This record gives sequence, structure tokens and C-alpha cells, in this order.
Amino acid sequence: MEPSLVIFRIGALLVTSTVVMTWGIMAVIVLVCWLGTRHLKQSPDRWQSALEGVVLTMQQAIEDIAPGKSPSLLPFVGSLWIYLVFANLAGLVPGLHSPTGQLSVTSGLAILVFLATHWFGIRASGWLPYLKHYVQPNPILLPFNVISEISRTLALAVRLFGNIMSLEMAALLVLLVAGLLVPVPLLMLHVVEALVQAYIFGVLALVYIAGGLEAHADGGSPS
Amino acid sequence: MKDMSVFALFSTLGALLAIALGVMFPALAMGRAISRALDALARQPEAEKSILRALFIGLAMVESLAIYVLVIVLIVLFRNPLLAYLLK
Repeated sequence: MEPSLVIFRIGALLVTSTVVMTWGIMAVIVLVCWLGTRHLKQSPDRWQSALEGVVLTMQQAIEDIAPGKSPSLLPFVGSLWIYLVFANLAGLVPGLHSPTGQLSVTSGLAILVFLATHWFGIRASGWLPYLKHYVQPNPILLPFNVISEISRTLALAVRLFGNIMSLEMAALLVLLVAGLLVPVPLLMLHVVEALVQAYIFGVLALVYIAGGLEAHADGGSPS
Repeated sequence: MKDMSVFALFSTLGALLAIALGVMFPALAMGRAISRALDALARQPEAEKSILRALFIGLAMVESLAIYVLVIVLIVLFRNPLLAYLLK
């Protein structure tokens, strides 16, 4: 709940510890990918096999939900998954805080998902057919469709933020009440929950985008 | 000072009641969802992947309700916006 620390400022722009943390995570991901893909070979070594495994697993997960759409969706949804796994687990490293424990970070990600839904939907079916799916069963339902669009974006942001923030806070409270090493079981729960929340965020983004893509196919509103 | 103690009493009570109710009902809903998913899994073990995926998404939806309650309770306890009027 606390606002993050201001590390330095560029003009009127405050660079907080959350932003620096995100840069660090991006640097780690880019470094791992760069090292792993420097010498691509037909018979992969260990790093290349691991990275290929990650990409193939994500591709398969996307194919299961949106068949045939994985080439266009993998860059966005896959980036979300990889970034969120790193960001959620970063809170376990002593001295670091998860960037996703800040509402502004998760809101930013949720807004990206919101924009991506329309971007992919309009690209797939064109402006008019896409906009028509808001009045699809009946024009009376237009306000409800718009409200559901906004509320699910809000829910996406608050779910991730609430989970990560409450896990860190729970560990802190147990530490205050009970003392050293007692919060360790809670931290184990943190590992599981961080992975589950990263998966859930990506899958929900995928489901929303797939709903936008299918807007013209069946005419139903995305749930 | 009397105002302050009444305020603290009621916000604490309200927060405890809210988190108790707000955890109880999502727990009931999650229990129902899990039991139905296990039923479906027992009938059609070959559909395990899609059942589990739908179950996870549904559980996340239900769980976010409890998280909303938690966020509001934390706001009431630590950042109560009404406190400013009392202290003025």
C-alpha cells in the first residue's frame, strides 16, 4: 500500500524503486534470452533446449484456447507470462520488492490487455463488425457490455495487485508477531501463488483477446 | 478524544466483520466449483486439461472477490479517507 521510494528524478518525472526493479527484471530476461540464443544449433544445447521448451509450452497453451492464433498472440501473451513470473517471484529475494505489488504496475498491464483486446479484435474483423458485437444480442445490452469491458480490466489489475501485496504483507505481519524463520511456510505459499497468478493473468488476457477475435464469428458477447 | 475511540472501534469492527463475511462466501463458492469440477473429472477423465483450465480461471474470478474485500479492509484500517474530517 505504501508509495514506492523515489530513487532519482528526470525533470518532473520521478523514477521510483518499482521502475528500477522493472528495468532490472527486463535486463535479466534480455540477458538470459541473448545468452541462450547466441549460437542457435540444429542439435540444441542445454540453454537452447530450455528456452525452446518454454516457448513451445506457451505456444501449446495458446493453441488450446485460441486454435490457430498462436503466431500473432504469442509475442504479447508470452511476454506477459514471462515478465509476470519474474516480477512475482522477485519479491522472494531479500531486499527486493515485487513490482506487481504496486497498483500502478498492474493497472498498466491491465490497460495494455484492454487495448490489445480491441487491437486484435479490430484487426481480425474490421471496425464495424467489431463494434457491432457490443449491440449484438440486443441494443439494450450495450451498457452492460461496456460495463463488463471496464470492470474486467479493473478486476485484472486489482486481482494481481491484491494477491502479491497481501502475500508480502502477510509474511511481514507474521514476522512481526512470531519472529525469525516462522514466515518461511508463507514464503513457500508465495512461490505457488506467484506462479498461479502469473498464469491466471496471462490466461485471462488470452481469453479476453480470443473473445475479441471471435466477435465477428459467432456474434456473441465475450464473457 | 471520545470521537476518536468510537471511530477506531467501529472501523476495526467493520473491517473484521467485512473480512469474515468476505472470505466465507467466496470459500463456499470455491468449494462448490471444486466439487463440480471433481465430479466432471470423475465422469470424463480424458477432458482433464480443459476442466482444470476452466476451474483455475473460475477460481481466480471467485478469489478476486475476496481480494476486493481485503483491499477495502486495508484501506479502512490504514488509509481511511474519513479520518481527515475527524482530525480537522
